[in-house]
Amino acid sequence: MSGNMNLTLKVWRQKSQNAQGAFETYEAKNISPDMSFLEMMDVVNEDLIKAGKEPIAFDHDCREGICGMCSMYINGRAHGPLKGVTTCQLHMRSFSSGETITIEPWRATAFPVLRDLVVDRTAFERIQQAGGYVSVNTGSVPDANAIPISKENADEAFLSAACIGCGACVAACKNSSAMLFVSAKVSQYALLPQGNVERKERVLKMVSQMDQEGFGNCSNTEACEAECPKEIKVTNIARMNREFLRAKLFS
Amino acid sequence: MNSAFKFLDTSIGRKVLMSLTGLFLCTFLIVHVSGNMQLFKNDYGLAFNQYSVFMTTFTPIKVVSYLLYLTIILHAISGFRLTMQNRAARKIGYGAAKDPRSSSWASKNMGILGTIILLFLVTHMANFWFKYKFGDVPYVQYMLDVNSGEVLGAPVGLTDSGHMKPHEIMASDANGQPVKLVIVRDLYNVVKMAFQETWLVVLYLLGMIALAYHLVHGFQSSFQSLGIRHPSYASLIQGIGVWVFGILIPLLFAAMPVYFYFMKS
Amino acid sequence: MTLNSKAPSGPLAEKWNNHKFNLKLVNPANKRKYDIIIVGTGLAGASAAASLAELGYNVKTFCVQDSPRRAHSIAAQGGINAAKNYRNDGDSVYRLFYDTLKGGDYRAREANVYRLAQVSVNIIDQCVAQGVPFAREYGGLLDNRSFGGAQVSRTFYAKGQTGQQLLLGAYSAMNRQIATGKIQSYTRHEMLDVVMVDGKARGIIARDLVTGQIERHSAHAVVLCTGGYGNVFYLTTYARGSNVTAIWRAHKKGAYFGNPCFTQIHPTCIPVSGDHQSKLTLMSESLRNDGRIWVPLKKGDNRKPEDIPEAERDYYLERIYPSFGNLVPRDIASRKAKEMCDQGRGVGASGLAVYLDFSDAINRLGESTVASRYGNLFDMYKQITGENPYKTPMRIYPAVHYTMGGLWVDYNLMTTIPGLYACGEANFSDHGANRLGASALMQGLADGYFVLPYTIGDYLAGEERKEVSIDSPEFVAAEKNVKDQLQKLLSINGNKTVHEFQRELGLIMWNHCGMARNENGLKEGIEKIKALRAEFWKNIKVPGVGEELNQNLERAGRVADFLELGELMMQDALQRNESCGGHFREEYQTPEGEALRDDDNYAYVAAWEYKGENQPSEMHKEALEYEFIKRSQRSYK
Repeated sequence: MSGNMNLTLKVWRQKSQNAQGAFETYEAKNISPDMSFLEMMDVVNEDLIKAGKEPIAFDHDCREGICGMCSMYINGRAHGPLKGVTTCQLHMRSFSSGETITIEPWRATAFPVLRDLVVDRTAFERIQQAGGYVSVNTGSVPDANAIPISKENADEAFLSAACIGCGACVAACKNSSAMLFVSAKVSQYALLPQGNVERKERVLKMVSQMDQEGFGNCSNTEACEAECPKEIKVTNIARMNREFLRAKLFS
Repeated sequence: MNSAFKFLDTSIGRKVLMSLTGLFLCTFLIVHVSGNMQLFKNDYGLAFNQYSVFMTTFTPIKVVSYLLYLTIILHAISGFRLTMQNRAARKIGYGAAKDPRSSSWASKNMGILGTIILLFLVTHMANFWFKYKFGDVPYVQYMLDVNSGEVLGAPVGLTDSGHMKPHEIMASDANGQPVKLVIVRDLYNVVKMAFQETWLVVLYLLGMIALAYHLVHGFQSSFQSLGIRHPSYASLIQGIGVWVFGILIPLLFAAMPVYFYFMKS
Repeated sequence: MTLNSKAPSGPLAEKWNNHKFNLKLVNPANKRKYDIIIVGTGLAGASAAASLAELGYNVKTFCVQDSPRRAHSIAAQGGINAAKNYRNDGDSVYRLFYDTLKGGDYRAREANVYRLAQVSVNIIDQCVAQGVPFAREYGGLLDNRSFGGAQVSRTFYAKGQTGQQLLLGAYSAMNRQIATGKIQSYTRHEMLDVVMVDGKARGIIARDLVTGQIERHSAHAVVLCTGGYGNVFYLTTYARGSNVTAIWRAHKKGAYFGNPCFTQIHPTCIPVSGDHQSKLTLMSESLRNDGRIWVPLKKGDNRKPEDIPEAERDYYLERIYPSFGNLVPRDIASRKAKEMCDQGRGVGASGLAVYLDFSDAINRLGESTVASRYGNLFDMYKQITGENPYKTPMRIYPAVHYTMGGLWVDYNLMTTIPGLYACGEANFSDHGANRLGASALMQGLADGYFVLPYTIGDYLAGEERKEVSIDSPEFVAAEKNVKDQLQKLLSINGNKTVHEFQRELGLIMWNHCGMARNENGLKEGIEKIKALRAEFWKNIKVPGVGEELNQNLERAGRVADFLELGELMMQDALQRNESCGGHFREEYQTPEGEALRDDDNYAYVAAWEYKGENQPSEMHKEALEYEFIKRSQRSYK
């Protein structure tokens, strides 16, 4: 492995939701290229605590790219420079010694900053609650194989369902639009027979909730797809538009 | 009607409005560019001037043209509203510049491109449409061969009595041969003279560059907003957006001022 | 207190049905008069919350993450078992029951495991109806694969994301109930204590992790679904936030802790690359189907793997277990890897890894076939290590991955505290001393969808239908205790960070209570933990204040609990003078080095009772009687 590196970090610091925030500069010294980005942040935080300063708050949990908790905007890109990778799976070998790295929270009015790099993503919760489900009670269901589903649709639905709800799409979008997230959920159910009964109602309610949360509109820049760590496709957005138009115009 | 307004007040409804108005304007561009191709005809501007008469007097076209103005206004206002809403969706921006690999430049700058196009349109309308409708564009008389329809030399200027209308009459030339006289307002000459101005040519070129970028993104984006996207034809839409609306049409439009600028005499 | 498992009598297959019939019911109109608190929203918690709300109970859920969907169930890769027998390959409820019990080395309750196998079939039906996109075949029906060495194909899966898809299914069912108002979801909230009123669980004290506010929440029953406690080892495949706090604080209030030393160590994880490491990443077990595991014959052989000739390699699993080879169960594969490294034959910079080599498979099948089978895993490996496994062998090492132990619960999933339940990995559960692959998801959902909704009614039916007040002296006292502890953590202002303490504890646990344990090592470990715990309360440094988002404060409280739990785990490992499943005592092995179980003396669940700070815990035994199957020695030679 190549030698260790020294980096300069420009990190957004903000004490609480209503406090004024600003960038602070930190040195990250002797960083191994094998460290993950979050492990590098751990090192910086340990140094800060030792120096009697407040460590940088950031969200993280599984550190294996699936929980969707980590959420850093690194050098102008959600989850950093690599494609199809969350911040926790990004390693320092993707950077070079001497580099300055700018680290910011997701920026969106609908995702207020709670502290430093931690944002409030409960807007996503409310969108899901508006209709992101099939209304079946526990127990009252047919045998699993009573509903054959073509492999093609099942696989396509899986690809939509692979969304981890991290919010990178909103962060990456110049308009802070949540269309990719919402459309992935709408698509999953639109592709499956289980979702058919509530199809129209679902898309109308979810889009309406999305609008109420204050996300921006979609301009089809497709930055969401480019920066989505799970590579959810914008074809989901087209499908949601279709579903929405059908629900509005033909019901 | 109420529910239509409600629809237009949803995020997807607003996008649908943008895409439908945008696509309508795209169809107009095809008509406009093919009509204006008459500028390149070697007929002292006769065809162009006749076409101008047709476009401003034929009732269905007139109706469509008012629809067109309305569409432009709607597209612009709606675009402006969207931009405002999108700004509000991120009140505090990022410190770092956006990584350019994530999205195309045009897609991120539709508002600016649209504004340039709108400014261009205002100048364009003032220069030609307004002058033609309300201004002082003199009448000229073309002399045509009755059989071949060929234009026999440059047109002659007429003094407008104030009641003059475009019309055609049969007459004979100096040699007593029957000819057709076509009396129209000479917009062609207005165009020709206008494009002697360097600044205007530059403005037009800028306008067309903006239009090109606007359409490279806008055309295919409209289909996406309408939910019309499938692997089997996605590349066709993309191709038309780039080659027809992004390159061919703006290039033809741009050729017009350049043609007159260098034609000089 | 004598432990009553409440396992019903009667024929095995009828136990659950008869038991359900005998359970008391709550009148539908009265259900809305009962409040239930559910802590943790993984598979067990989310499924329980949704099902109970559907029945009409008022449910409050709590999770430390910003969304219920982020619980660590989401990270499960492989699949979920169900005795559907869709493959016509001879699977049955009885076979799943038998495999699970045997896989657990006969340290689980027969009645519980049979019930688990029974309801497994309903789980798949439920998940499909919710729109979980399981893998399918071209005919449109569900696909299955064999997993974890099972002889039948009973594992349902959704690519490598089965956990995420199942959790999203349960989460969607929860969301539907949140929308109706039957569930109130508290996110970024951490439970810090159970409140007991008149000997019954009546609520919790929780901290709002954003504002730091301490809140009281009351209910008629409290359900803990907070997962496993493997993070006591620090470097594990668990999420960073996974912790023992909820169940540990319940334990301190009187809930017995069952088999705390039973830990599962997964053999195929990406090894530690340096001191900075915060997490170990699991690589699917399926890699062992085509990869060959080896170490150099010579100690300290530093050559590149490609430069070590065939004759100087030791394919030790194939050598020791000719019939199972690289496919021996998890506990054995893990232990042997450790032995090789202990002999000084480990590879990589740290010497704590063995090779998993695909060159034979690539030669035999071609690179593209190998890529189609394992491409995503190879990519993940490359992303983390920076090495290309198509060219050079992978390095793997075992890592802590699951805890079979947890709060002791009876057949109704109730702990020894009346009104306090534990579901999923948080209870000591159905896996005995070792869990089979694809069974964790099954158990979490079984508890939440199909067991608790029946059994909790039996308790609630006997409870008064009036709201529990949060102003009682018990709530006031519990809140004060919680506040005092937080204040204490903040006020010590020592020199060592939480991170340092947790790493140190993890190292002690791994060295003394890891893959192989012995009496001396455990005794030594206990002393070390005691010393570390004493140091913690003198020298911990927690920056910031309590009334704000303070991640170090959260973690400090969790590490404080781990420091107590670690000692109990060692005590439990020390008293169990046998080797079984994930618990391997070096003193108790066959001449060939295999686990030596002692059914005559240790066929019991060790349920530990908390006796007060720095007091030795008291062990209670629940004898495990096997009415229906015969115990046998596991052999994989």
